[in-house]
Amino acid sequence: MPELIFDLSRKGRCAHAQLPPNTLQNATDIPAELLRVQPAALPEVSELQAVRHFTRLSQLNFSIDTHFYPLGSCTMKYNPRGVHKAAQLPGFLQRHPLAPESHSQGYMACAYELQEILKSVTGMRAVSLTPMAGAQGEFTGVAMIRAYHHARHDRARTEMLVPDAAHGTNPATAAQCGYTVREIPTDADGNVNIDALRAAVGPQTAGIMLTNPSTLGVFEQKIKEIAAILHDVGGLLYYDGANLNAILGKVRPGDMGFDVMHINLHKTFATPHGGGGPGSGPVAAGERLAAFLPTPMVGKSATGYEWLTAKACPQTIGRLSTFMGNAGILLRAHFYARLLGAAGMQRVAEFATLNANYMLKRLTAAGFNAAFPKRRASHEFIITLKKEAKEYHISALDVAKRLLDAGMHAPTMYFPLLVPECLLIEPTETETREVLDAFVATMILILKEMQTQPDKIKQAPQYLPVSRLDEVAAAREPEVVAGQEVIEHA
Amino acid sequence: MSSVPKKLQYSKTHEWVREDEDIVTIGITDHAQCMLGDLVYVELPEVEAGFEIGEECAVLESVKAAADVFCPVSGEVVEINTLLLDHPQLINEDPYGRGWLFRLRPFEKERPELLDAEEYNKQVASEAH
Amino acid sequence: MPFIPHTQQDVAEMLSVIGVDSIDVLFDEIPADLRISGLRDIPPALNEMALLRLAATRAEQDSGKLCFIGAGAYEHHIPAAVWEVATRGEFMTAYTPYQAEASQGTLQVLYEYQTMMARLMAMNVSNASLYDGASALAEAILMAMRLDKKNKIHRIVLPTNLHPHYRDTVHAIVRQRDTELLAIPFDAHSGKITVEMLEKMMPDTFTAFVIPQPNFFGVLEDIDTLTDWAHARGARVIAVVNPLAMALLKPPGQWGKKGADMACGEGQPLGVPLASGGPYYGFLCCRTEDIRQLPGRIAGRTRDTHGRNGFVLTLQAREQHIRRARATSNICTNQGLLVTASTIYMSIMGATGLRDVALTCHANARLLRDKLKAVAGIRCYFESAYFHEFLVQLNCPVDGVLTQLHKKNIQPGLATKTYYPELGECLLVCVTETKTPADIDYFIQQLICAM
Repeated sequence: MPELIFDLSRKGRCAHAQLPPNTLQNATDIPAELLRVQPAALPEVSELQAVRHFTRLSQLNFSIDTHFYPLGSCTMKYNPRGVHKAAQLPGFLQRHPLAPESHSQGYMACAYELQEILKSVTGMRAVSLTPMAGAQGEFTGVAMIRAYHHARHDRARTEMLVPDAAHGTNPATAAQCGYTVREIPTDADGNVNIDALRAAVGPQTAGIMLTNPSTLGVFEQKIKEIAAILHDVGGLLYYDGANLNAILGKVRPGDMGFDVMHINLHKTFATPHGGGGPGSGPVAAGERLAAFLPTPMVGKSATGYEWLTAKACPQTIGRLSTFMGNAGILLRAHFYARLLGAAGMQRVAEFATLNANYMLKRLTAAGFNAAFPKRRASHEFIITLKKEAKEYHISALDVAKRLLDAGMHAPTMYFPLLVPECLLIEPTETETREVLDAFVATMILILKEMQTQPDKIKQAPQYLPVSRLDEVAAAREPEVVAGQEVIEHA
Repeated sequence: MSSVPKKLQYSKTHEWVREDEDIVTIGITDHAQCMLGDLVYVELPEVEAGFEIGEECAVLESVKAAADVFCPVSGEVVEINTLLLDHPQLINEDPYGRGWLFRLRPFEKERPELLDAEEYNKQVASEAH
Repeated sequence: MPFIPHTQQDVAEMLSVIGVDSIDVLFDEIPADLRISGLRDIPPALNEMALLRLAATRAEQDSGKLCFIGAGAYEHHIPAAVWEVATRGEFMTAYTPYQAEASQGTLQVLYEYQTMMARLMAMNVSNASLYDGASALAEAILMAMRLDKKNKIHRIVLPTNLHPHYRDTVHAIVRQRDTELLAIPFDAHSGKITVEMLEKMMPDTFTAFVIPQPNFFGVLEDIDTLTDWAHARGARVIAVVNPLAMALLKPPGQWGKKGADMACGEGQPLGVPLASGGPYYGFLCCRTEDIRQLPGRIAGRTRDTHGRNGFVLTLQAREQHIRRARATSNICTNQGLLVTASTIYMSIMGATGLRDVALTCHANARLLRDKLKAVAGIRCYFESAYFHEFLVQLNCPVDGVLTQLHKKNIQPGLATKTYYPELGECLLVCVTETKTPADIDYFIQQLICAM
C-alpha cells in the first residue's frame, strides 16, 4: 500500500499557486478566545505530491470504467461521459442554491423536465427531487405515509410490513419513522406469502414496503392482489425503486397500485456512484400522497419556472436537505434520460433482462444452482453455493475473492439473507456478450478449481494490493484516524 | 458438534443459565457463538437493571452480525462480566466459563420455560433443517 | 441504441441459449394487464452533440453572476487538480467499498479524510461523511438521543439563529420520534445566544444543545461559555460549524473546559462547487467512546493475511444491512466522491493555505462591511465579531433593490424577511476570497444606484 499523505508532509511545504492574496497576518478584530491557537495537522505537500498520491490511490480501485462490476442490486452500468461533461458546465457549477429565480431558469428547466420524465416513468402524479439518496427517499415515503394517516386523525396505525427478503434500509427506515416492523415471509418461489400477509394486516397496518422485482430477482406476480389487501384495510404501499432498471418502460409502479416510491438515480439513471455516493432518491407519489411531498419542488407558470415551497404545499412533510437535493446528480439523470428518449429507456429494461437471463442459463448449464430455478430472472438473479460449500468447503465469500483475482468485481454476496451462500448477479444492459461469456468462463474455472486447487480459491485474492484483511481486529479495536497522539488538546 | 454441558439449563433463544444458591449466571451457548462468529463488541446491561423473561438485555456484535440476548430468567442484574468489554473473544473461546455475560437475582424460583441439555440439543438439531 | 452494445447476431444467439424467441417473452411473468407498450411525454432522444448544445444553452442562462450570497453555501476557489483527480473513473465509477481488497484507493482516501476532518475539528474521530450539513445535524441529534440513557423525554435546544433550513430539516427528520425541539431566541442586540436567555428559558434537564459557529447571521458565538453552561447541566454539546472557518477559529474539540461532544456541518466550503446546492457532504465527528453510536460508513486501518497495512469498512454491525430495524440509521451512502475532492483540497491547501483562505475571506468581509457602513441608509444590524458574513439593514424595501441589482447580474445577498420578518428590510451579505477590491467597489456603486 502507498504511504499515507501525512507521511509525505514536510514542515513549511505548500502549493504556492493556490494561496489567496492574503493581506492579513491575524484577525485582530476577533476576540482571541474565539481563535484557533495551533494549526490543524493537515498535510504539507506540493501540488504534484498530492496529484500523484491520489492518482495512485485511484489505481487501487476496481470501477465500472476499468472492470466488469456485476454487483447485484446496485446497477453498475456505464456512466456516460457526455452526461458528466454537460453537468460540469461552469454555469451549472457556479449557480448558488439561493440565487434568485431570474438567475436560475436554466437549472430549473432541467429539474422541471426531470420531474415530468419521472412522473411518466413511474405512473405517479407528482415528483419531488430533493431526497439525497435511496435511503432518504425511503424515509421520505414512509414519513409521507405517516403524515397521511395523521392528517386523517388515524393514529392507530403503528406497524409497517416488510418482506423478509427486503433491503436492510426498509426496516431501518420504518423504525426511524417510529413504526414497529413486522416481517412477512417469502414462499418457495420467491413471492410474498399471501396468506401470511392477509393474517398480518389490520387497523394497525400503516403500509407495506416492497421491491418489485424483488431482491430475489423475480417479479412479484400477485402485486395487484397485495395492493388490494393493503388498501382494503386502509394501509398504503411503498415501492422501493432499487430494481426499477428491470422494468423501465415495461410496467409502472403507479399502475401496480403503489402509493409512493423512490427512484435510485445512481442506479437506473446511470449517475456515478463515486465510491459510495453521491446517490439521489427522488420520490414520486400518487393521488393519496402527492400533497405530502417534501419541498422545494419546481413549478411552471406563464412567466417561467418557480420554486414551490411550504407556502404552496401546506401539507408537505417539510425539508430534507439544506437546499434542494443533489442537483448535480439530478442534472445528470435528466441528461441521461434525454439521450435515451422513450424507446431508449424501454431498451434498458429489455437488454438488462436479456443479459441476466443469458448468464443465468449459462451458469446453470455449467452446474451452478439457481435459487429460484423455476423463475425467470429479472435484471438480476441469485446463484446459491450451498452445495459447493458442503462438498468442497468453499464459501460464497471465497468465490467472490477468487473473482477479484480474475479481474472481475464480485457480485453482491450474502444478500438477500434468506438464501444461503448466495451471489446476487446483475450484469446491466451496457455489458457486451463477450464480457458475460468471460465471467461465465471464470466461474466454470473456479468450479474446477474447487475440486483440484481449493487453496487457490481460499487464498484469493493474491494479485491485488492486499490479501484478505482482518476485519475482526479492525472492529475490536477500531483505528479510524491516523496518529491519534498528535491531536492537540486545549 | 457444539458442546452442551449437562448441568446447565437453556433457553430456546440460545442462552444458558447456571443456578448457584440465590444467584443465576447467564451466557450464550457454544452453538450460538459458533453461529455468530468472532465477536467484536458486547453491550451489557447495567447493574441493578430489572428484566422480564424474553426481554432484550444485551447485544453481541460480530463483523457480519448483531444479535440480541433475551433474558432467560426474570430478575435484577447484580454483576456483569466487565472483562468482556475489552475481550469479547472470551465468549468465543470459553462460552460456558470466562465468557459468561451477567448474573441475576431471580424474581421467581421455578423455571418451567427452560430446557435441559437433551431438549436443547434436540432444538439445535431441528433448527439445522 | 444508446449504450447497448449488442449486435443483432448477439441477440439471436443469446435468445437461443435462453430458449426463447424474443426478448418480449422474458417479461412473461409480469401480468399482461400491467404491461405498457411505451412511455408517454418523454422528449425525443438526442445524440451527445445535441445534448451538449442544449446543456450549454441552459447553463449559459444561469452564468456570469457576481455572487454575494452565502447562507450555508460558499463560493471558493478550487484548485484545478482537485476535480481533475477526483473525477478519474476509478474514483467516480466505483461503488461503496464492500470488496475491500478491490477498493483500497477509496478506503485509504476515506481514512485520510477522517483523519483530516478529526484534526481540523480537534475531535477524536470522524465518520466517512453523510449527505449534507442539515441532515448531518439531524443525525447528530439522533445520535445524542441514543447516547442519552438518563432522560426519558429527549429535549433538544435549537437556537433560532441556526440556519432556518437546518432547523426545518431537523424538524422533518427528528419529529418522527418522541422528542421536544426547543427554540431559543437570540439576543436582539448582539445576534448571539446568551446565558441570560438560556437561564430564563431552559428546563433543568435536556439532552443536547446545538451551537452554531458562526451562526446564520455570520456572528461568532461565545462558544466557551455556552459549552461549559450546557455541560454543567449534563447535556451534550453539538457544534455546527463552517469547516473552513475552523482553520482560523477555535475548533469544537477545544470549546470550553471539555470540548464539544460532537461536531458537524456542511463540507461544501472545502473544495466543492456551489452547483445549485448539491451534491455536497455532511461531516460528523465525535469522541472515541461514542463511536459505536456514530451513524454512517467508517473506514478503519487493519492488516492483511501477510501482515501488510490495509483498510476496511468497519463497525458495520451498527448499520442497516446487518441490524435492520435496530440500526443506528438507515443511511448507506457516504458522499464518497465529494469527500475525495475535499481530501485532495485539504491536502493541496494544507493548514496554512486554509488559514490564508479564511483570513482573506475575513479581510474582504471587513472591507465590504466598512464600505457599506459608509453608505447612507445602510446600517450593520449586529455589532458583534463575525467571520465572512454579516447582516445589513436598508432604509428602503429590499425587494426593489434586489430586482434592480439582479438585472445587473449582481446577487447582493439573501433577503432574510421570509425567515425573520421581525428584522425588517435586511440583507445577509457574504464575501469570500474570490472577490477582488474592484468587485467590492462595483457592488457598492451599483447598490447605491439601486437605493
